[in-house]
Parts: sequence; structure tokens; C-alpha cells
Amino acid sequence: VCTSRFWFNYRHVANTLSVYRSVKRLGIPDSHIVLMLADDMACNPRNPKPATVFSHKNMELNVYGDDVEVDYRSYEVTVENFLRVLTGRIPPSTPRSKRLLSDDRSNILIYMTGHGGNGFLKFQDSEEITNVELADAFEQMWQKRRYNELLFIIDTCQGASMYERFYSPNIMALASSQVGEDSLSHQPDLGIGVHLMDRYTFYVLEFLEEIHPASQTNMNDLFQVCPKSLCVSTPGHRTDLFQRDPQNVLITDFFGSVRKVEITTETVSLDRDVAGFESKFPEEELATEPLKYAEQLPVAQIIHQKPKQKDWHPPGGFILGLWALIIMVFFKTYGIKHMKHVF
Amino acid sequence: ASVQVQLVVPIVVVFGPGSVPGDLPRPLPFRDVQEMEISVNLRTSVTSRYEMLYRSTTGQEEAALAAATAREADAALHPLQDTTLGSLIMYVVTETSPLLPQGINVYVGKHRSALVRAGGSLAALQARLREVTQVMSFTASSIAAALSDRVPDGQLSPDARRYLKSSLGYEITFSLLNPDPKSHTVDWDIEGAVTCYVKPVLDKLSLVANFSVDSQILYYAVLGVTPRYDKESSSFLLSAHSLPHVINPVEARLGSSAASLYPVLNFLLYVPERSHSPLYIQDKDGAPVSTNAFHSPRWGGIMVYNVEAPASPQASLPLHVDVDMARVMEVFLAQLRLLFGLSRDELPPEFLLESPGNEGLADWELDRLLWAHTVENIATVSTTLTSLAQLLDKIGNIVIKDDVASEVYRAVASVQSAVAKLSLGRLHAAFQASKEAVTSSEKAFFDPSLLHLLYFPDDQKFAIYIPLFLPMAVPILLSLAKIVRETRQRKKEPTKMD
Repeated sequence: VCTSRFWFNYRHVANTLSVYRSVKRLGIPDSHIVLMLADDMACNPRNPKPATVFSHKNMELNVYGDDVEVDYRSYEVTVENFLRVLTGRIPPSTPRSKRLLSDDRSNILIYMTGHGGNGFLKFQDSEEITNVELADAFEQMWQKRRYNELLFIIDTCQGASMYERFYSPNIMALASSQVGEDSLSHQPDLGIGVHLMDRYTFYVLEFLEEIHPASQTNMNDLFQVCPKSLCVSTPGHRTDLFQRDPQNVLITDFFGSVRKVEITTETVSLDRDVAGFESKFPEEELATEPLKYAEQLPVAQIIHQKPKQKDWHPPGGFILGLWALIIMVFFKTYGIKHMKHVF
Repeated sequence: ASVQVQLVVPIVVVFGPGSVPGDLPRPLPFRDVQEMEISVNLRTSVTSRYEMLYRSTTGQEEAALAAATAREADAALHPLQDTTLGSLIMYVVTETSPLLPQGINVYVGKHRSALVRAGGSLAALQARLREVTQVMSFTASSIAAALSDRVPDGQLSPDARRYLKSSLGYEITFSLLNPDPKSHTVDWDIEGAVTCYVKPVLDKLSLVANFSVDSQILYYAVLGVTPRYDKESSSFLLSAHSLPHVINPVEARLGSSAASLYPVLNFLLYVPERSHSPLYIQDKDGAPVSTNAFHSPRWGGIMVYNVEAPASPQASLPLHVDVDMARVMEVFLAQLRLLFGLSRDELPPEFLLESPGNEGLADWELDRLLWAHTVENIATVSTTLTSLAQLLDKIGNIVIKDDVASEVYRAVASVQSAVAKLSLGRLHAAFQASKEAVTSSEKAFFDPSLLHLLYFPDDQKFAIYIPLFLPMAVPILLSLAKIVRETRQRKKEPTKMD
């Protein structure tokens, strides 16, 4: 989730897209990802390189690519929609790609970035989500067993305050800075003119580039990413609600997806002589008519059309009233004797 | 929330001629009840109650039991039975009866009946009968697996969360993956196969849920894993530990059905490229798997279909391939059964099970599913409604609309009816009631109007209202103070003035 809009918050969109890219590279399909971007940086009028979002200066890595599926965009990224996605209290008309269809065997990774403070995260410059609301949403998810384990990563100022209030089981949380500290951005690119990434996510991305789907790296390594010397802020983490030891939790448990498989050893014995079964295709395919699109838009007619004559309507009440007011004021000011000169 | 459910299984035990044990407590026919407690945790307990009726055979049943094989006897006995869903009937034959083959003590038919060999005493017979009953209805572990939500994580059996959760419907998608269309033109008559082989099974399962089937063909879809070439068998092998990485790259290409929210079961048929043929799947011990297929719990299955090399190297490509749908469907339907939890592997060796043929599953296997799903539904409804009540307690200013309230009432009434019907032994009615209860409770819990965005922490209240009201309050308080001072002065004044 990227919660900030405006061009100077380019780095938040780049953060989110970097994590999205890593997660896709490690095998999670788009049908299992809900991506929320509060503003469009790639096609922003101020972007000197349209259709790209870079994460390294000198434009080394384009994290936008050509395979990005944004589920909630622009003004759809609100606290209400975010909580609706988490808790599942979504209007029935919402398409499948905008829903979180998880069950009790799903591991969920939630990454949020933007501007935040002590106990809140700002959405779209107009509203905020508090750590209590987030904790309550997670509890609602737990009550309906909408997750097996949940990893929550947040890259904002004072990010650690957001995970202080969690109380549901099986949640592990990481934040880029402690309460009272600011998370800093990494490097500006002089060609684009804004800071490209935040420090914490930059080093997390570097760490994730080393992970491949069969890798055995565990969570303790992720906790070591971005020490204070590199990040200036102190990243924090919380594992007391998590049942397994972080040493035993693989990175790919959350960032990638390795399914349990079983070899199929049984077969059903079917009676092949079932009436009505044709096992042979006809030798030749019937010659079908070539398909073509129906004439949906008669372009020729539209180009040569004359503009339609607009019917004349008498002026509405508002216009009449306005003119009556102007005329009354004029004659009040200058005297009624001018009337006979007008008419 | 506490869940106390009593599962009642009506059982009829019919003694064939010469099989009545000597130590019967009462003369036939008589009734008996056996109860067993399956306790899952402190607040959830499931009691199973087997209501047995012992009687001797009627004339027609005796004639049927005189058949040559167990299968013929079962077929002859079937029209004489009136077993409803969830009930069982067991025929006891003599210890030396030729009906059951040597070494087999129990024959389970494809409806709801079984032939059991007498064991000498009544106690031995009852032990065997209990074993048969558990196979044909439910065991402690199958109930515990259905209630896996309530079991603490450390005590979960390996079966828990392995089988598909109870849902109102399932979507089945058959996909043909052809990564090498230049070498193979693959034709599969999926419509015919679905009509002939899949539909009978889904019709039988239609009692459990709604099923919808679709199919697709994907070209240039490769497995994410490169198979290893094995010189000895001159074939390509996929080892067991690389199988988990096969599914995800493929899943991205499968497309998800945008229309329905039911769980999707994917069955993929992969025809390997010419350059990677033949391709075999290895199990953990390195032996090739006979079905050449594997499945992933709650997701679906993949089968590799090898095409023989062309007879002569100059044969024109692409080769035309007609897929043997019967062989493919045998594997896919077996995988479908395994995904639902109907496995025939873990039975004691003295049991002989009748194959259900094209129907895919026996009546008693359907009953097993219904027992597990009914219990799971009841537990889910109870958890959902309790959690909804807790939410409302915690956040006082959520408004409950009328339709949400009526769904809650309906859910409560349905779940009470389901529990009542279970304790009467009426499995079908109990399952339907539990399905209605789940529908209503999910609708109430996930209603979009129940979003609680109204959290005001105390420090925010102070931060907003104090700067607004404090400046306003200062002149008001000062004026009040002045008024009070003046009235007090005036009270003293008259005494001073004359």
C-alpha cells in the first residue's frame, strides 16, 4: 500500500513497486496481490521519463516494468477501502481482483509506506489510520481465520508505533524507525528531481534481490537489514505474538510461495464403455467463416457529420433573477428617471 | 463459543443364519446404544451416539446372502434396504462363510451396507462393528480435522487444513498446457469427457455443494522447473523436491475466474515439449510415479501426459495427439477425491472395499463428507456469531441494520435446528440447515455496513476540542465570575446604603 500522493512523494510509490516486484519475482501471482497506489508517478505530467519509476539513481532499475497490475489506484486508496479489503466487508459488486480471498492457510504480507507519526499513518493527505484501528482490523481477520500468519512491514516516520497495539496471534511486524525517529529517504536523482527511494526499503530491496524461490534465508536476516549506520533510523521488529521462532521462518514463507504437494498414488477405475462418448474427432475441421469485428462505430459517418443544431431554450430562473437584480441595483443607484431613456 | 454437538448414527445389524453369537444379552431383536466422547478442547465437545438395532434376517435377505460373491450379495440386498443418509446397515455372516474371501473380514459395499464376518463372541463382533462404523461415518480425527479452527496449533493432526473447507460451491477448471505447439497439436475432447466421466461424480456430489466446470487450453506455458535428464532410463525426471516450485509460475498464466468467489480447483494436463519427452515424476525414493501426477491440497492437481516419439525421425511436425481422456480423468477424479479427503489408503488390510465405478464415490463416502462438513459448518457459525457479538460489545456506535439483524436471527434458528436434527440422526436435513446457517451468518458478519471507522482516542479528542473551546470559554468564565462577584457585592450593598 502506498498512501501518499503528489509528485514529491515519488519515493513512496517506488518503495511499494519495489516490494511488489520482488514478490512477483519470487512467484506470487497477481491474483494473490492487492496493490494500492495513491498516485500515478509513471504517467505523471512531471515525470521526465514517462512510464517508468526508478529505484536507483542514474535510472538503473525500472520497477514499473510492463507487468504491473494496480488494484486500487489514486482516490480509491482510502482508509475505508483498506479496512474493507482487510476485514472482507466489501460490497458484493467488488471484482475478485480487489478482494482479499484468503483462508486459514494463507500467509499474508502487508507492506505500507507513506507519511506517518506516532500512532497514525496518513492517507492521501486528508485522513489517517490509527494503530488501534489497524489492530482491530487484524483481530477481525483473526476471528474469521482470514490468515494463518501475517507479516507487517511499515516504512514511515515513527513506524514502530503502528505495531505497538497489535494483540492478535501469529503477527510479526517490522518497522523502519522507532517512535520519535524519522525515516529518511535515500538518494535524489538529479535527472528526475525527487528522492527515489526510502533508505529502509532500499536496503530491503537489495536484500530481497539475493533471494530466489528455493532459498533458505530466515527472518533473522531480515531483521538485520539496514542497521543504524546505513539507515540513520533504528529499524524495529516485534515477534512476541508470533508462535514460531523467527529463526525457523523462511523469507519465502511470506515473500514467495512454496506450496505443499503430494504425489497422487490412487486412481479411480472408470468404465470406458459409457454410452454417448465420441472418442474421435471428425477428420477435417469444418471450414468456418473468418471472424471479424462487428461494425461498432461507424467512423466514416461520424467524421462527416455536421454539428447538431442545439435547440433554443429560454433563459432559466437563475439568469433571469440575476439580471433582474442587476437592473434594480442600477436604477436604484442612478435614479428612475433613466428608465425612459432605455425604453 | 462453546459447541456441544451430538452425532447420532442409526445402525441396523442383521444376523445371517448361523452367525448369531452365543452370548447375546437379550433375544433378537433388541436395541442398544453406544456413546463416545470426542473432546476437541475445553469448550467444544462432540459426542457420537450409535443407536444399534440387532435383528435377524428376513427370508428375502437370507436368499440374497446365499449369493456366490460378496458383490452379488450386496447388489441383491440393496433394493431390500431403506437406509437414509447417515444411517448404516451391516450384515453378519458366519465365520466360515464363503461370501468373504480368505483373509477378508469386512466387505464394504458402494451404498451404505457392509458384510461383516462374525468373530465368535459378541464383544469381538462389536469391536469389529465399531471399526466398520467409524470407517463408514466419521472418526475422532476426521471430526477434529473439521474443527481445526478450534484446536491449538501444536496439537493439529497432519490432516487438519489439508482438505477443502466446506463451501457452498466449487469451481473446477481443466487446463491443457501445451508448451510446444510446433511439435504437438493436442486435441482433447474435454466436453465429452466432462459429460461422461466428470458429470456423474459431480451429480453425486451436488448434495454437498454447487459445482461449475470450465476448461481452457494454454499455449507456450512452461513449467518453472527444468527437468533433469537421466541416462539410464533415457528420460527426463522431475524430482519430488522440485515439484512445489512448479505450480506458481503456471498459476500466473491460468487466469482466475472473475465472476465467482467460490474456491477454484485447477486440474492441469501438461504435454511436455518434444525436447523434454518423456517426462516422469519421481517420488521421494526416486521411483517414477505410476500416475505421473501430483496434487497440492486446496489447489488442484497436475498430470504429465507423455507423447510417444514419432516412429520415424522424418515424420512431419506437428504431431497430432489425441488425448486418452479416460486415463486422464481416472487420475483427475482420484485427485478430486483426495482433495476432498476421501482416501482409501489408510484402511486395515482385512477390509475389502467395493469400487464405486463411474459414480466416483460410494454413498458412505458421501456421508463421511457430509458429517465432516456439517460439524465444520456448525462450528463456523458459532464462531462467527460470537465474534460478531463481541465486536458489537466493543464498539458501541455501530448501527445494526434490520436486514443484518434478521440474518443473525435466521442463522441462530438454522444452527439450532441443525444441532437438533443431528441428535435425531437425520444427517441430510442437518446438513441443509447448517448450510443455511453458514450463508446467513457470513452475510451478517461481512455486511459492508459494519465497518468501524469511528475510533477517537482520548488525546485526539483533547487536541481537537481544547483549542476550539478554551479561547471561547475564557471570556464566558470571566463574565460568570464577574456576575457572581457583582451579585455578592449587591447583596452586601443594601446593608450599606440607606
